[in-house]
Amino acid sequence: MTAAPGTAAATAAADEAGIENLPISRALNAGMRRALAENDRVLLMGEDIGRLGGVFRVTEGLQAEFGERRVLDTPLAESGIVGTAIGLAMAGFRPVCEIQFDGFVFPAFDQITSQLAKFTNRHEGALQMPVVIRIPYGGHIGAIEHHQESPEAYFTHTPGLRVVSPSTSNDAYWMIQDAIASADPVIFLEPKSKYWQKGEVDTRARALPLHASRLVRRGTDVTLVGHGAMVTTLLQAAALAESEGTSCEVIDLRSLSPVDYGPILDSVRRTGRMVYAQEAPGFTSLGSEVAATVMERAFYALEAPVLRVSGFDAPFPPAKLEGAFLPDADRVLEAVDRVLAY
Amino acid sequence: MTQTENSVQDHASEAADSAVVRVLAPDGSLAPSAAAEPYLEIIESLSDAELEGFYRDMVVIRAFDRQATNLQRQGQLALWPPSLGQEAAQVGSVRAARPQDHIFPSYREHVVARIRGVDVVDIIRVMRGLTHGGWDPTDPRNGNTHIYTLVLGSQTLHATGLAMGLVFDGKCGTGDPERDEAVVVYYGDGASSQGDVHEAMVFAASYNTPEVFFLQNNQWAISVPVATQSRSPLHKRGEGYGMPSIPIDGNDVLASYAVTRVALEEARSGAGPRAIEALTYRMGAHTTSDDPTKYRTSDEELSWVRRDPIARMRAFLEARGASSDFFTDVDAEADAVAEDTRVRTMQLDGIPRNLMFDHVYSEPHPLVDEQRQWLADYEASFEEGTS
Repeated sequence: MTAAPGTAAATAAADEAGIENLPISRALNAGMRRALAENDRVLLMGEDIGRLGGVFRVTEGLQAEFGERRVLDTPLAESGIVGTAIGLAMAGFRPVCEIQFDGFVFPAFDQITSQLAKFTNRHEGALQMPVVIRIPYGGHIGAIEHHQESPEAYFTHTPGLRVVSPSTSNDAYWMIQDAIASADPVIFLEPKSKYWQKGEVDTRARALPLHASRLVRRGTDVTLVGHGAMVTTLLQAAALAESEGTSCEVIDLRSLSPVDYGPILDSVRRTGRMVYAQEAPGFTSLGSEVAATVMERAFYALEAPVLRVSGFDAPFPPAKLEGAFLPDADRVLEAVDRVLAY
Repeated sequence: MTQTENSVQDHASEAADSAVVRVLAPDGSLAPSAAAEPYLEIIESLSDAELEGFYRDMVVIRAFDRQATNLQRQGQLALWPPSLGQEAAQVGSVRAARPQDHIFPSYREHVVARIRGVDVVDIIRVMRGLTHGGWDPTDPRNGNTHIYTLVLGSQTLHATGLAMGLVFDGKCGTGDPERDEAVVVYYGDGASSQGDVHEAMVFAASYNTPEVFFLQNNQWAISVPVATQSRSPLHKRGEGYGMPSIPIDGNDVLASYAVTRVALEEARSGAGPRAIEALTYRMGAHTTSDDPTKYRTSDEELSWVRRDPIARMRAFLEARGASSDFFTDVDAEADAVAEDTRVRTMQLDGIPRNLMFDHVYSEPHPLVDEQRQWLADYEASFEEGTS
């Protein structure tokens, strides 16, 4: 069996086996292919996503398979992409928009926050907005300005939006399908530095609902929480800590809005200590929100304040400095040391 | 002479140009411009009842609009955006639409909404602070009329997306005019500067949408004159995107009707998007919060009173022999609608507290559910305290 991973042939073959080993980008591709095949109202739209297959090739082959009316190479206009997706949703379609890079989402900000997010509320439920906005986000790819940002807080701050981010191939495969199936708008943040990270995809059944957080590593001393590419960093930090005798539990947030606090609070009640890590700047960020909530709800279980490890509150720097800007395992461990020192 | 003054003059002469479609002269006489020639057959085919209906639409909405303005002045509404002076552009264009067409207003198209079946008191509810939307565009009683959009120009993209959907679903260009659908989207001279309007025209052209961009150039974007928005007539913008684009006398209901009808027929047939620039005038304030005396002269306002769309149509109908009973009847209906608006506005009261939580999401959301419950418990705690 030599079908290329993520292709129709491979997916068909995998349906029997049920397990495929795919990089995140191909898992997303396979998830979108399945959504396109199962529901002819699903449309993909964005810049360069058709003939080229997207600048990261996430949609590669889908236009050839489903045609130009299902996979649209749109004009180069982000507000236009999201604004027309709203109209298409009114016409009964389920548009999946690709924003080419995180820093390019802002021309669409009004259509996302003032229109898409509020449409169902403004119409008092008469219209649903099943629109997905896929955004490759985050650093570690050495790119120029506007190509490495983490804009999640703008969207988690906006009522009406759901915000999710997968960190594994299996989640990528299932979460994109669940996002497309959602009756609400979903901002889907793809950790672009992990597009090539391989992992097992079980195409038979989803492991978790879209808005669940997940315990990914057991530990007893400190709870580490993050999402997207940061989960890999937290696992690296946990492995290093273990060699120094500290046992870290790791939780993948998966859903940034709403946040599933159950597994986080369970963990903190056992460990008494928590560190939140993110690539985004820290001020009024997701880490601020989760830290505050954990301190409100698990105050008597905590042995130390919840600490945050973030990108700095400065514009994302030129790429040669990103290693100093973005939290790595050592910066997470520095916070682990501090949280243990209380 | 400053550049701005110069541009204003250019626009004035443009408006007088024979390229503008005008059927009725300001005094109501039938005096078609050269550009109106292709449309005369349509106008001649209009029955007396249809022509009188246009007049009735305009008079009734003006009475409603005055009543709503008064209600705001009396503290009953937070705000009112008057449509005074723009009745002809709106009535003609929406009367040209078919029932299956989709209408996207901006926020001043009161008569557009009324003609399509929307209860005008639903517009009042928005301006009284009882709802953000006002009506359900999916309810057949509202004639495929979408709700008002307050962020200028945003709705042009929604209209274009819906029109793309009509293309993808094969709901236009079938050759069956009873079935083919199109979209009319209203926007103004101020909105014409918004990026979304440009992006909408780009997408409309790219996907060959069945769509009419209906621009009401009322000359003023609050206090900023149209000359500041554009160095060239706004209808030329449409041509730049590759769509036929026609300037009309927006105070001539017959020109508005005929030109929109042809544009919609072409759009429905699959010929692609069309643009219309209706040259009109906002005779009142931008909204009840505005004071036009700070930025425009009474001479200018008087010059547009002489071009009043209702007086023009009345003179035309009188010359055709419409009875005085007809005009009396229309005035009585207008008074009745205005009175009914006042009565029903004063009865509007009460808004369920859960309205703010109920439709934030279509599917359950733990944070919203938690806060809804918290507020209910919080309020119940006061009731317990008093019992």
